[in-house]
Amino acid sequence: MQELLSVKYDVESGDFIRGGEASSSIKKLLQQLGIKADIIKRICVACYEAEMNIVIHSYGGYIEAKIFNNKVEIIAKDRGPGIENIDLAMKEGYSTAPEYAREMGFGGGMGLPNMKKSCDEFYIDSKMGEYTEVRMVVYF
Amino acid sequence: MKLGKIKELLEAEVLCNEELLDYEAVSAFACDLMSDVLSLAKKETILLTGLTNVQAVRTAEMLDLRCIIFVRNKRPDESVVELAREKGICVLFTKYTLFTACGILYSNGLKGADML
Ligand SMILES: Nc1ncnc2c1ncn2[C@@H]1O[C@H](COP(=O)(O)OP(=O)(O)O)[C@@H](O)[C@H]1O
Ligand SMILES: [Mg+2]
Repeated sequence: MQELLSVKYDVESGDFIRGGEASSSIKKLLQQLGIKADIIKRICVACYEAEMNIVIHSYGGYIEAKIFNNKVEIIAKDRGPGIENIDLAMKEGYSTAPEYAREMGFGGGMGLPNMKKSCDEFYIDSKMGEYTEVRMVVYF
Repeated sequence: MKLGKIKELLEAEVLCNEELLDYEAVSAFACDLMSDVLSLAKKETILLTGLTNVQAVRTAEMLDLRCIIFVRNKRPDESVVELAREKGICVLFTKYTLFTACGILYSNGLKGADML
């Protein structure tokens, strides 16, 4: 299992205009690499949800995509309040998103469950007051 | 159902990518919550929404959707249309409310999308 390529994008807190650009760039790259459309879609849905979580819930962070010959790994890590109860956060419909996030089309509490469903492997780690890190893998 | 037929039924204005009017949509989904849209299964789905910001286009982009219909006379900003144009997404714009627009399409044979 050899790493072929990796890209990393900063994601700003609160930026609903540029939020999604990292996922869009990663999508473009995966298309250029000739990866199958349904695989790209699964990666990008997960990546985009993770990116919007950084925008909405954190103080800022990054999205990194590591491409191997048999899989893509997405790492979304931020500085922020962290998640107190990960089991609770993973529940469909659970959300602490503010009203303005809902007005922007997010905050339905379906992001983390969507990410998990969309990927072959899903890991989440968080430390209160410090960081949240999500790592997701999709095999080709 | 062809996008051209949808445009007619909804008396909609085409804001970009008019060449996609021949595209055949197999189902539709209506929602203002993008996470719900993101759990859509089929890419031949069209999205009806009252959410006129750039995230509606980003969501469609991630799912390879070819058409967004903005309802209730809420005209999106030019920047939103510009992004859709660049991403090859046809944008329609109708005066009908979300419920009425869905009702019109459904009663003319367009079915709801399956979820993942
Ligand atoms: N990066 C993050 N930093 C801090 N909290 C987070 C982060 N991601 C998710 N959460 C917490 O988990 C909850 C559920 O996340 P999610 O399923 O994506 O739903 P939503 O974003 O719609 O609220 C959030 O409301 C928030 O409380
Ligand atoms: Mg979320």
